This record gives sequence, structure tokens and C-alpha cells, in this order.
Amino acid sequence: MASDSVPISGAIGLPKEAGSTWSETLHEWVITVDHKKLGLMYIGSALLFLVIGGIEAAIMRIQLAVPHAHFVSPEVFNRMFTMHGTTMIFFVAMTVLFGFGIYLVPLMIGTRDMAFPRLNAWGFWMSFFGGLLLYFSFIGGDGLYGAGSAPDVGWWAYAPLTSTAFSKGHSTDYWTIALLVAGFGTVATGVNLVTTIITMRCPGMTPGKMPLLAWMYLVMAGMLLFTITPLTAAQLMLMVDRYLGGHFFDTQAGGSAVIWMHFFWIFGHPEVYVLIIPAFAFISEIVPVFSRKPIFGYPIMVAATVAIGFVSMSVWAHHMFTVGMASYSNAFFVLTTMVVGIPTGIKIFNWLGTMWGGKIRYAVPMMFALGFLFQFLGAGLTGIMLGAAPFDWQLSGSYFVVAHFHYVIVGGILFSVFGAFYYWYPKMTGRMLNETLGKWHFWLFLIGFHLTFDTMHIPGILGMPRRIYTYEPGRGWELWNLIVSIGAIFQTVAILCFVVNLIWSYFRGRPAGNDPWDAWTLEWAVPSPPPAYNFAVIPEVRSRRPLWDAKHPEDPDWKYE
Amino acid sequence: MRVACGSSMKLRHLPQLAGAWLSIARCFAQSAARNSTSTSIFAPDSTPADAVFGLSIFVLVVTGVIFAIVFGLLLYAAIKFRRRANDDRREPLQIYGSDQLELAWTVIPVLIVIVLFMTSARVIHSVQDARRPPQSMEVTVIGHQFWWEYRYPQYGFVTANELHVPVSNPAHPMPTFLELRSADTDHSFWLPRLAGKTDLIPNHPNSTWIDPHETGLYLGQCAQYCGTQHAKMLLRAYVDSPADFDRWVRAQQQAPGDDTPLSPEAAEGRRVFNNTACINCHAIAGTAADGRFGPDLTHLMSRETIASGISLNTGETLRRWVQNPAAIKPGALMPAMNLTDKELDEVTAYLLTLH
Repeated sequence: MASDSVPISGAIGLPKEAGSTWSETLHEWVITVDHKKLGLMYIGSALLFLVIGGIEAAIMRIQLAVPHAHFVSPEVFNRMFTMHGTTMIFFVAMTVLFGFGIYLVPLMIGTRDMAFPRLNAWGFWMSFFGGLLLYFSFIGGDGLYGAGSAPDVGWWAYAPLTSTAFSKGHSTDYWTIALLVAGFGTVATGVNLVTTIITMRCPGMTPGKMPLLAWMYLVMAGMLLFTITPLTAAQLMLMVDRYLGGHFFDTQAGGSAVIWMHFFWIFGHPEVYVLIIPAFAFISEIVPVFSRKPIFGYPIMVAATVAIGFVSMSVWAHHMFTVGMASYSNAFFVLTTMVVGIPTGIKIFNWLGTMWGGKIRYAVPMMFALGFLFQFLGAGLTGIMLGAAPFDWQLSGSYFVVAHFHYVIVGGILFSVFGAFYYWYPKMTGRMLNETLGKWHFWLFLIGFHLTFDTMHIPGILGMPRRIYTYEPGRGWELWNLIVSIGAIFQTVAILCFVVNLIWSYFRGRPAGNDPWDAWTLEWAVPSPPPAYNFAVIPEVRSRRPLWDAKHPEDPDWKYE
Repeated sequence: MRVACGSSMKLRHLPQLAGAWLSIARCFAQSAARNSTSTSIFAPDSTPADAVFGLSIFVLVVTGVIFAIVFGLLLYAAIKFRRRANDDRREPLQIYGSDQLELAWTVIPVLIVIVLFMTSARVIHSVQDARRPPQSMEVTVIGHQFWWEYRYPQYGFVTANELHVPVSNPAHPMPTFLELRSADTDHSFWLPRLAGKTDLIPNHPNSTWIDPHETGLYLGQCAQYCGTQHAKMLLRAYVDSPADFDRWVRAQQQAPGDDTPLSPEAAEGRRVFNNTACINCHAIAGTAADGRFGPDLTHLMSRETIASGISLNTGETLRRWVQNPAAIKPGALMPAMNLTDKELDEVTAYLLTLH
């Protein structure tokens, strides 16, 4: 019974190398190709950039708290929103999701590392150096003898604002090259994840028995290969324009500004799904374990994910309803945009089905997961509003859009990432995160999130465009902007609780043991933190929930799947 | 689930139902929008904005009902199926899925999507493919960093930052068609109460149209990030009665000319203006000044505001602006010309004659 389905737990007792100096430790981390160390490094760098991006957001919210404020100059404000967007998408969201993926996927599919461990390290360092390069622009942006300045063309850097005529100095070049470099790392990691998931699964783990997280990372990584490439191509063309006299986007010489928009959004919209699918993955692991039931409709969840992967490649121009496309083009993108909502809706219903009839335990990971479910529902529905092109003619480019995508990214992705932290931190460190601090974190962040991003829809409806460094009084925007800014204070305090929790629990947290949540996937069969080789003996599985089978030999899953 | 069945059945009755919702929503919107500084998209006063508003309310109702039902189900499940204090520690019944349920929550969203797509497509068609009646007005809007140029090809004059259009009586529509162009970067033309936004993109002429139903001032601002002063690229549209509009057009068509008699100070100001770089960027009809890089100043004093709507157009603000534009609008492309105080007074006196 158990012997063929239970992975061997426990570590082979290697003597711990005592007395390594900090430089030896640092060296070990720099040269490592271990997927767990690289995963933690991804997560660590994402947290660093999260704090930086958060400070940028705070600066903007101070400036916008009242009309005609003079907290920062227009130039600084424009740099702040450009850097905030670029940082949060490329160096926080992507990075933290890669971190969890790289850490968890090999453990969950029962293998000892990624398919290409060196490529894995290369991918991390490329992404990280991309981030450093972006921030070096603060010193080198205007050319080395100038005071320096960061990019200020917005995170989607529409042409022709990026041409040398309008963006002098080097700030745009730092933006371009940073994303180019990070993009290479991203593609490498995408290739690595796809290969790992396809070829490295443990015996018995047929595609239909993979944990949903592995399925979702497979789809996400596959999408990366198709979405990063147009961005890379566009960045190269922009560099040709700026340095080699090209005219791809140079409208003064007959180039096209609209073609940049197509290139950017055919990257940009699938990118949203690249970010949200790993969030779905976390929710699909957390909700079942804390509801004490298997995921509802596993095959449908897989099919819905794959469907999202494909359909999301055909929706990009809904970012361009106002650029003057023909009416039938607009109608086409309304249809595809609405269609992508169907598999997404199916997912929400399946999570609901998973909770239904369960015994839900409200530990912090589940609280964040539940927050995700409610907020992602709202984000999806404002997405439907924006998908109706005529409604979008009014809402696009307004604060309503800003509220919508922060609902997706903060209310959806970030909440699920916080859930993932509380859920897998014990596995990664061997210690539980503090529950009380975790609840403070959750409630403060929930209040701050809703104060900020629920309210933010309203000035959009009242005609307030995004990316403005100040605004006119008397249009009914003042109160809402003040509330939005107050919400940011709550979020800041919540993040502080989180960071303190991460540090405090690392030293003082309650020891976790192998399986603190009584969970069912393979990562919980190995010690916390897992040994370098993960599994002493490669496990063999017979169902999607190998640890359920081991814990309930009288009622194993493989009898029903 | 009930939502979706309802919506699909309503398909035939959509216009009537939408009409009913609209009249209710309009009551709320219009009571809120009577002050003229409102830029709310829910206070439409022109056919395209109205069509969008109607669709908005329909979409809001559909999504609102979906939200209420799914939110309710989630909340119910989250509370009802929580682990109780007296839990027996046994695992609940393990359920793997249900084909019937999956089918239900696939088919129902498909129906909703069909309804939303068809209603959206209809509004897209009605706004974008609207027929242009022969008596319609034409204005060419050119976006600049960071101001608006308006050309009236039917009347042969150019003005800046303050758009004037005639009011359109719904019985005898007099729509204004706007051709949207950009001189530099991307901009977006957005008067929320008159129409949704349309971008101004260099090398990519666009168009939109409005037919305001009430006279008065409508506000808006550039809605596509265009550079440092994107925030202060404000839009002002004056909707005039036909008589007022004709009067305004006639006034704009007159050109002062180089030999217009001026006070000695203003005449000296004109000399400074013509001998400084001003005329490279600004045009004053009938004079040597024919630059097109900055706003046309022919009838500067017929405008209520300067610098794209950011401050009132008075002698004092004009003088401060000419002295150092960057002090008022940092990032504006007009340089400070380093004029002496005397020259500033003279140029201001000249500008004040440009009625």
C-alpha cells in the first residue's frame, strides 16, 4: 500500500559544515544552481523591489492627496509612475512568481532540481541585473555628467515619446535595456519551467496527476515564450530607432506610433495572465487544503487554464479601443475579451465548489485566499466593463482603469502571493510565520486595499485621467483622492507587519515540521527546509494527492481518479 | 444563474429595458451634473456620450447582478462551511467535481457574453459609423505638447485651447465632426460629458464627433500621457447658441493687420514681439507673425484662459507667463525670452489689444 505511493521523508544525515564565514556563505549563494536557493533569491529580490516600488507609490499618493500640491515636481512624478509600473510588473510580480515557481515546481513534481540548473541561475541573474540597471538610471540616466534621471515615458513607453526628439539623454535607454536583459532571463526561465514540467515528473505522475500548480506554471511558462518575444523585438527596434537612425516608431519620418502599441500590448495583455495564472496556482493549492477537499473539477480547471493561455493571446487590442481602430476591429476585440472571462469565471466557480461542503480552516493563508476570491471577482467584473469598447472609450486612460488593474494585481495577485508566503514559508525556512502578526497584516492590508482601490474607481468615472501629477479642484475629485491616499497609509503599515513577521519568524517562529498544514502534495513529504537534493529516494505517485493516499490508505484517491 | 437566463430572454426587449434603466439613471446623473465644472461620464449631454452611458448602465446592471450572486455564494460558503469549534476532526466528504455543474457554469457565462458582445457591437456601430449629415460642422484638432490647436476649415481661421461649437438641437441635429491629429506625441481628446475619448496620434488621423444638447462650458483634459505637462493640458469646449456661435465666428475671421492703430506702448510691444523670436512660434493673422509651433494669438483676448486652461487670461497672468512660462508650467516648451520689465509691459499691452 503506502510503500509504492509514499515518498520517503527524512534527510540523509550529512554533517553540517560548521563555521562558514559570511563570505563563504555569500559565495555559496552567488554560485548556487539549486532551485530552492534561486527561488529564495528571486523572492528576496522581489521583496526588495516591492519596498522600492511601494515608496514610489507613496510619493505619488502624497502628491495627489490634495489638488495643486507641490510635494514633487512634474518631472519627478512622471519618473515615479514610470518606475513604479515597470518595477512592480517586471521586478516584483514576475520575480516573486518565478521565485515560488522555481522553488515549488521541482518539489511538487517529485524531482531534485530544474531541468537546466545553470540556465536557472543565469535567468535569475539576468533578471536581477535588469532591475539593477533600471535603477542605475537614477545615476546615469541623463548621461553621466548630468544629474541623472530615471525613465519618465510611462511603463508602456508609447512612441513617439520615446524617440530621441522627445526623450533626450539616456533614461529611455536604461528602460529599454533593463527590460531587454530581464526579458532574456525570463525567456530562459520559461524554457526551463516548460522542460522541467514536461520531462522531470516523478514516476506515476502522468499529466492528469500533476498538481494544478504545475499545470498552471506550465501554461504560464509556455505563454512567456510567446509574449516576451514581441516585447524584446520592440525594444530592439526602439534601440535601432534611437541609435542607428531607424524609423520604426519615428512618426516624424513616416514611422508608426500605433505599431508600437500593438507590439507592446501583444506582450502586455498575455503578461497579465502570465501574472495571474501563478496566482490561480497558489489559490488552487491553498483553497483545497484549508477546505479539506480536493480541488473541484480538476480536468476543467486544467482546460480553463489552457483556454486562458490561448484566448489571452487574442485580446491585446482592448488596450487600444481609443486609438481609432475600425468598428469591426473594436467589435472583434470586445468578443475575445469577453470570451476570456468565461474560463476565468469557471475557475471562480470551481474554487467555490471546492469550499462547498468542506470544513474551512481560517489560517492566514486561507484568509488571503478568500480575500483573493472576492477581490478577483470584482476585478474580473470591472474588466468586463472595460471590455465593452464604448464604455472603455470613457474609462480607458482614467483612474477607473488604474483602479481596475490594481484590483487585479494587488487584490488578486498580491493577496495570493501573501497567501503563498504564509502557506509555504514554513516549508522554505522550517518555521511558521507568526499567526497574530499575520492577522494584523491581513486586516490592515484588506482595509487599506479597499480604502484605496475601491475609492479609486470613482474619480475615474468623474473624468480624472491617470498619469497626471496634479489636478484641478472643483471637479469632485478631492475627497476621493484623499481617501485613496489615506488607504495607502494602512497598506504601508500592513507591509511593515509582513516584513517584521518574515524576519522575526525566521529566528523565533514556531518550528514547522514537515507538514504543518496536513497537506497532500509532495513538497510536504520532505523536511522543512528541504535538503539540497529534495528527495532521498525519488517518490512514486498514483494520484494527484499522494500524501492523502499515504494518510488514508483505506480510502486513497487513485481509486476514484 | 438566474441572471443569465434573464439576460438572454431580455435580448429582444433590450431597447425598452435599457430605456427604462436609462431614465432612472439619468435622473441621478443630471441632478448631480448641473454645475458646469463636472466632468462625470454619467452626466452625458451629447449623442455619443449618451449612447455610451446607456450601454454603461446596462453593463453595470449585468455585472452588478453577477457580482451580487457570486459574492453571496462565496460568502455563504465561507461562513456555512467553516470548521466549527466542536468539529469531530474527520475529513469532509471528498467530492471531485460535477459535470452538470461545470456545464451550467460554462453555458450561462457564454450566454451572458453573447448578450454583452451584441449590445456593445451595436453601440460601437452607432457611434463609430454614424452618418455625417451635410450641414455638420468640421473642426481639426491638433494636439501639441501641451496645448490644443483648433482649425475651422469651413471658416478659414485657427484658434487655440478653447473650442467653440454650436449647440445641436436633437430635432435638427447639428453635429460637429472633429478630425484629430497630433503635431508631436500621442494625446487623447476627452470631454467626458460629450463623447468618449479618441487618441491624437502623429501620422494617424482619427476622428470623433459631438452634438451637445445644451449651451455652456464643457471641461475635460488630455487623457494620454504626452510628457511633462500632460496634467495641465486642459480642454475647454464652449457650446454656443447658433447666434452666439455666428458672432464668435465672425469675430475670429477678422484680422488686425500690421498697421492697426495702437497706443504708443502697445505699438512698441508689437515691435518687440515682431523683433523677438515670438513670431517664429506664434501667428497673428495679418502680421508678419506666422509661426505655428505655439498657439495662434490673433484673437488671444477672446479667450478666457491661457496656457491650455490653467489660469485666467488677464494682463497680469499674461505678463507673468511671457516673463517665464516655466514658473507657471514647468516643462512647457515656450522659453523665457529674458525681456526687460519695460519690454514685458509693452508686449503685454500689445497682447491685450488682440481681441
